[in-house]
Amino acid sequence: MTTPFPTHKQEDWRYADLDALKPVWEQFADAVTVTVGAGESLEEVWLPSIDDVQLRRVRLALGDGAKARVFALNVAPVYGRIELEVSLGESAEFELFGANIGSGLSTNEIVTAVKHNGVGGRSRQVIRSVLNGKATGSYLGRVEVARGAQQTDAEQSVKAMLLDRGATANCKPELEIFADDVKCAHGATVGELDAMQLFYAESRGLDPVSARALLLEAFVMGLWDGVENAAQHGAICDEAKTALRRVV
Amino acid sequence: MLKIENLQATVADKPILKGVSLDVPAGEVHAIMGPNGSGKSTLAYVLSGRPGYDVTGGSATFDGRDLLAMEPHERAAAGLFLGFQYPVEIPGVSYLQFLRESLNSQRRSRGEIELSAGDFIKLAREQAKLLEMDAEMLKRPVNVGFSGGEKKRAEMVQMGILQPKFALLDETDSGLDIDALRIVGEGINRIMRDAGKGVLLITHYERLLEHVRPDRVHVLQAGRITRSGDIELARELESTGYAEAAA
Repeated sequence: MTTPFPTHKQEDWRYADLDALKPVWEQFADAVTVTVGAGESLEEVWLPSIDDVQLRRVRLALGDGAKARVFALNVAPVYGRIELEVSLGESAEFELFGANIGSGLSTNEIVTAVKHNGVGGRSRQVIRSVLNGKATGSYLGRVEVARGAQQTDAEQSVKAMLLDRGATANCKPELEIFADDVKCAHGATVGELDAMQLFYAESRGLDPVSARALLLEAFVMGLWDGVENAAQHGAICDEAKTALRRVV
Repeated sequence: MLKIENLQATVADKPILKGVSLDVPAGEVHAIMGPNGSGKSTLAYVLSGRPGYDVTGGSATFDGRDLLAMEPHERAAAGLFLGFQYPVEIPGVSYLQFLRESLNSQRRSRGEIELSAGDFIKLAREQAKLLEMDAEMLKRPVNVGFSGGEKKRAEMVQMGILQPKFALLDETDSGLDIDALRIVGEGINRIMRDAGKGVLLITHYERLLEHVRPDRVHVLQAGRITRSGDIELARELESTGYAEAAA
C-alpha cells in the first residue's frame, strides 16, 4: 500500500504544489532508503531532470562514525521537492548543500528531518535559493536531538535571494532537543542583489546581465566546492549555471 | 578629452553639484580638492553613472561622446575607470575571475579579441608585482578580508590590468601609509602618464600630489569649482585650509 496523498494541513507539505504532484504521486510515494554502514562514507550529487514535476524522497541511515555528504540542485520548471530524512548514529556526520533556483510560477522546496540519535553526531545544512517572477522556494528543516545524544553539533544556514517583487522564499528551521549538552545553530536571511556590488561590477565593464549573473553565481556556486567526484562536480556546476542564467 | 560644462546633479532630490565646469585635455592630470561634503565623490559617481545620482543640467563629454547618455559598462568600455573611495567586497568571486570577465567584456564591446586564461593570469601577475602586491591575493574573493590599504592598492592593480584612457580616482590616497602612498603614486604615473590619457584625482591631502604632480589643481566648494591653479595652490591649501582659501 502506498503512502496516502498529503494535504496542506501537514506542516511538511504546507507550501507544496499538490495539484502538480497529484498526477505523478503513485510513482514517488515511497521513500528510497539508503544505509551507510559504520565508518563508511557516501557522496551523493542529485542533479535535476527535465521533468515538470520532480520529487525525490530519501531516507538516509548513518551508522556509528559514518559520513554522508549530499549535494542537491532543485530547479524543477513546475514543482520540485527534495525530501530527506536522516538518522545519525554515534559520531556520524551529515552534510547537505542544496539550492532552489526557480523562475516563473514554479515551486521548489527542500524538506529535511535530521535525527541525531547518538553521542557526538554532526550535521550541517547549507541552503541557497534564487527566485524570480512569482516563483516560490522553501526550506523546511527539522533537527531532532534524541535523549542522550550529547555533544551533538547541528548547523543550518539558509539564505534566499529574491530577484522580483512577486517571488516568495520560505525558511523554517525547527529544533527539537532532548539533550542538554548540544550546539544547534541556525540562521536565515532573505535579500536581494546588492546595488553597490552591481555598480562596482558594471563600472569595470560588465553589462548589467553579466554583472547580475556573476553575483548570483557567487551566491550559489560555493555550495558545490566540496564535491569530490570531478565529473559530478562539473555536472552540478554546469546545471546550476544554466539554471541561474534562466533567472538572471 | 574629458569636458564638463555647467554640470548639475542631485542625490535624493538634494542638489549637490551646482554647475561644475572642467576641461581635462589628454596628457594631463588634474586634481580636485575640497572640504567634506563639497561634492567631490558625487562628481566621480555622476561621471561613472552610479544609479541614484541624477543629472539635472549641463553636460559631460568624453572624447567628444556624450558620457551621460552611456550606461556604466559602456563608459568602462569607452575607457573610463573609477577608483573607488570605498572598494566593494564581493564574496564568492575571485579577483582573477572578476577582472578577467571585466576585461574581456570590455574587449568584446570594443570588437577586440578576448584574452586567454593563461595570458590574463600573466598580465595580472605582472601588474600585481609592479604595485608590490602579493599575486596570491588575486585568488581571494574581491576585496574580502583586504585591509583598507590593500583595497586601494588592488584598485590600482585593476587599473593596470584594464588600461583605461581616463581614470577618476576618488580618494585613492586615503587609508594608505607612507610607503603605500609612494607605490600608488608611482603606479598612477606609470599606468596613466601618457599623451593619450588623462586623470582626475580627488584628494584631501597634498601629499599624494607630491608624487603624482598634477598639471592643474581645482578647489570644489559647495558644488562649484571656486579656484584653479597649479600645485602651489594645493600647497597653499595644506597650510591655510579651505575656509581661508575661499575668502
